[in-house]
Amino acid sequence: MIEAKTYVEIYRIILPAQERSSNLPVDTKRVPFEMRLRGKLLHAAELGDRVEIETATNRIESGILVAVNPFYQHHFGHYVLTMTQIRDIILDETEDLL
Amino acid sequence: MSYQDVMNRKQQIMKDALRMDYDIFEDPGIGFDYEKMMTSTGYTLEDVMAIQSENNIGQTPLIELKRLSQYARKFAKEGYGARILLKDEAQNLSGSFKARRAAMSIYQAKKLGYKGVIAATSGNYGAAVAALAARAGLKCIIVQECYDSTGVGQPEIIEKARACQAYGAEVVQLSVGPELFYQFLILLEETKYFNASLYSPYGIMGIETLGYEIAQDILKKENRYPDMVICTNAGGGNLTGTARGLKKAGAINTQIVAASVDLTGLHMASDKDFNLKSFTTGHTGFGIPFSTFPDRSDVPRSAARPLRYMDHYGLVNQGSVFFITEALAVLEGMERGPAGNTSLALAFSLAQTLPKDQIIVVQETEYTGAGKHMNAQVSFASDRGIELILGNPLEEKPGKNIIFPASASMLKHKDISMDSLRTSYLKHYQDQMLFDQDYIYLAKELNTSEKHIKQLMEEMNETKTR
Repeated sequence: MIEAKTYVEIYRIILPAQERSSNLPVDTKRVPFEMRLRGKLLHAAELGDRVEIETATNRIESGILVAVNPFYQHHFGHYVLTMTQIRDIILDETEDLL
Repeated sequence: MSYQDVMNRKQQIMKDALRMDYDIFEDPGIGFDYEKMMTSTGYTLEDVMAIQSENNIGQTPLIELKRLSQYARKFAKEGYGARILLKDEAQNLSGSFKARRAAMSIYQAKKLGYKGVIAATSGNYGAAVAALAARAGLKCIIVQECYDSTGVGQPEIIEKARACQAYGAEVVQLSVGPELFYQFLILLEETKYFNASLYSPYGIMGIETLGYEIAQDILKKENRYPDMVICTNAGGGNLTGTARGLKKAGAINTQIVAASVDLTGLHMASDKDFNLKSFTTGHTGFGIPFSTFPDRSDVPRSAARPLRYMDHYGLVNQGSVFFITEALAVLEGMERGPAGNTSLALAFSLAQTLPKDQIIVVQETEYTGAGKHMNAQVSFASDRGIELILGNPLEEKPGKNIIFPASASMLKHKDISMDSLRTSYLKHYQDQMLFDQDYIYLAKELNTSEKHIKQLMEEMNETKTR
């Protein structure tokens, strides 16, 4: 059981594929328009339940509970050889600069 | 609430969220009084400077890139290779020039008594609005286009969400599609918050100080105005505001150049293409449509009208921007975000076409960090099957490969002809009956003569009937 007031992420379909704007590329047109949002869980629930949260602006939003204590995992990327190669090109071509 | 119901209420929602009556600027025919709209806010350039200064925004350093300029000069003919100077806008509150724009929107929202602000942006503007809202004690919601349908987020946009949340904002993260505007309207209607649009007069006047500072700084250092100022172009506000500021300072002969990353071939509303691009802004997918049809924005009349001021438009590829971002770090000791360096890549190529005593100012940099670092973007691209190649950058195929220059001598740009942009703009009116007043308006919009507008319209109609 995930306690009330826990920081969570919810997911909701805003527009199912058939209700989307008519003017879309086919690959976009066949998938739903979705939202992800973080906030504090209003009532105890389980992952996958339809829940309500209070957002940072104190709004109440509902959706499927998809993550508990979500955090950011973006980073600087893994090693890329090409990045080293362009650095070497730049340093090599500017060796004679003052 | 159905999509259509909400879109039908668009006009009223927008009016309530800006408290600006755009109808009073409309002229008979297709035009409107742009200058009247820009001055209707009542703020002078001095007011804007004072508001920005109070918020630790503006008066950023203008730095001569001596080693990078010398590097470009190596590939220019004798006597050529202009001096490149860079306005280090990353030093602003929240890490980009976008703070200049946010400052005015937030000031106005606070003055009118709104409890909060909303902005639709996946870029640096979100962090800027969030930071300024925090300082003003206003609530803030940022609406982002962030994920594709498999739930994979663009690293650069995820980083911006993190920055917004760091300033206490709520971040609504959406999947790919123009229905973002629908959700934005729902939120405006529900919260009654202020629309901190990038395209209101507040969003543009905030950048006029940037152009003004550039003119003043160069005048003080060199006793003249810059020969060329290059602006990364997406929604058009950056170029519009900078050009207006330069003119207000007296730099009326400075060439105004737009720079975008060439993403030709990638569809901006495509779920599949979304994560195949390494630049989420400053690219042709925004730059060209917003230049040739400014009123596609989230306000009835956009204050960003770049073709009024643009002298040239140059494109660079993704690989060249990454290359120059690396060069800026290892030659000048400045580690900055790649998207902000789009105009720097163009400067490197254009400098070689100008005499060496001429001055080019590149008017922005942005902060870098996890996600919005070039290594993060290139590694993300490579994980998604994009081929990384050293070679001729002009052969890059966006979505298939990224071609980095195998030598800086190969870092070259492509020009877009101004008349092709003007013609794209005029296509919106080709089936309409136009009168004298309309031609006068179009001449101002497209920075040319009425005679030239008529010629372009005729050529367009000939091609149509052929």
